[in-house]
Amino acid sequence: MTRVIDVAALVAEVAHPSCGAASVFLGTVRNVNDGRPVTGIEYRGYEPMAVREITGILSRARDRFGTEHIVVEHRLGLLGLGEVSIAIVAAHPHRQAAMDATRYAIEEIKKTVPIWKLEHYADGTREWVDPTRASIVIEPSPVAEVVG
Amino acid sequence: MAGEVPVKALLFASYADAYGSTEVPLLLRAGSTVGDAVAAVRAKAPTAIPARPLVALNERYAKYDEHLSPGDEIALIPPVAGG
Repeated sequence: MTRVIDVAALVAEVAHPSCGAASVFLGTVRNVNDGRPVTGIEYRGYEPMAVREITGILSRARDRFGTEHIVVEHRLGLLGLGEVSIAIVAAHPHRQAAMDATRYAIEEIKKTVPIWKLEHYADGTREWVDPTRASIVIEPSPVAEVVG
Repeated sequence: MAGEVPVKALLFASYADAYGSTEVPLLLRAGSTVGDAVAAVRAKAPTAIPARPLVALNERYAKYDEHLSPGDEIALIPPVAGG
């Protein structure tokens, strides 16, 4: 889980003659969070449980979207800006299900998989990311304002 | 039900930092639950960990009323942030 993710290898892993689509989702390290400049993110996990949770999510994705061809790789350790922290690839006979499967997998992974991010900031400080705290911030939606 | 139940509690991320440790050995009374284990961990540093954190028993999310067996591993799970 610490090596660089080989996205092409993952695509090759799910490729199948019956599939007309392969959807790739990549999570990457962003240079800012909550207005604070970020220099890198350290990922740590409860590895055996993380593997168990991801395995369960993939199993549910296979049932839900009718494809055997879906893989996930999540990196742990210190990653620099732009590096890929997670890759999800789903192949399916049709594009809609392939895209839906990758989206389902990333959303579920973010809810339950025991992995944590220690953000390293440009000012030298570090902080554990707490999505439950961030979710308290409610920003007005420009889309909603268009109505009427 | 006689005797004591040795279990291991794992701490991660912000909880481990606040607590100052990643692993806490516990010796609980027979019949103890997951909730009792959480309380025993928190008793040593009440401010480090919230009152009802998510918890896993042997690598699966667990409820507080589940009973513990000798050798069980519980994990206190801070808000997850993978992806």
